[in-house]
Amino acid sequence: MTRGIDALFAPHERALGVLDRRLSLLGSNLANADTPGYKARDLDFRAALETASASAPMARTHGGHLATGPAAGEPDVLYRVPLAPSLDGNTVDTHQEKAAFAEAAVRYESTLTFLSRRISGLKTVLRGE
Amino acid sequence: MSLFGIFDAAGSAMSAQTVRLNTVASNLANADVVAPDAQSAYRARMPVFASVLSEQAGAADGVRVDRLVLSEAEPQREYAPEHPQADAEGYVWHSNVNVVEEMANMTSASRSYQSSVEVVSTVKRLMLATLRMGQ
Repeated sequence: MTRGIDALFAPHERALGVLDRRLSLLGSNLANADTPGYKARDLDFRAALETASASAPMARTHGGHLATGPAAGEPDVLYRVPLAPSLDGNTVDTHQEKAAFAEAAVRYESTLTFLSRRISGLKTVLRGE
Repeated sequence: MSLFGIFDAAGSAMSAQTVRLNTVASNLANADVVAPDAQSAYRARMPVFASVLSEQAGAADGVRVDRLVLSEAEPQREYAPEHPQADAEGYVWHSNVNVVEEMANMTSASRSYQSSVEVVSTVKRLMLATLRMGQ
């Protein structure tokens, strides 16, 4: 049963983790909208969710092993390709970032709603009313 | 939870934009100050932002004001022999503040400040919704 409950919640939990990371990156982009030389970053949601869902990520079990990219379960952070970079080297497009931030916020809220519904569904089953 | 880091990042962005608004206010206030020579004429100040890279992966990057620079524009010279500040040849030196530029700068700073405020309120709403999950 525990395994079943885990399977019920795990996908949403991972999605929340990835969205949390994405909101952080987009928040940094918006905070640095006027910083010279700042490069806007984002992550590919699908790839990040797959990385987070990978059941057995490669682990470094020996000190001599070389690190391969980001740590296990950590998504690849990508630099945004600017449409119109400004003269000071900043690649943040505030409108694009705001739209992405709003989208991520809505996704986060909908994931929370899914989780809440699952929890209330489980409660209904437990009460047996 | 890295959502907490966004509060720090957005807060630092707001304080950096406040410094920018402060310099705009000071530039506009001193736009009409005249001086007896080019060296002592008021020069427009402007902040240079730099990002604060977070040490841990996944945390948001904030902003800080790296330094304040003085505008390199030449102060305007005006012939006004009756002016009490006039030099021996009858000239006074105006500040090198470009009022139109300062107004545009002010609007940009206020828009950036607003977007930081929106980020904070959105993240706050998401965190409260997370706390209420399952109720």
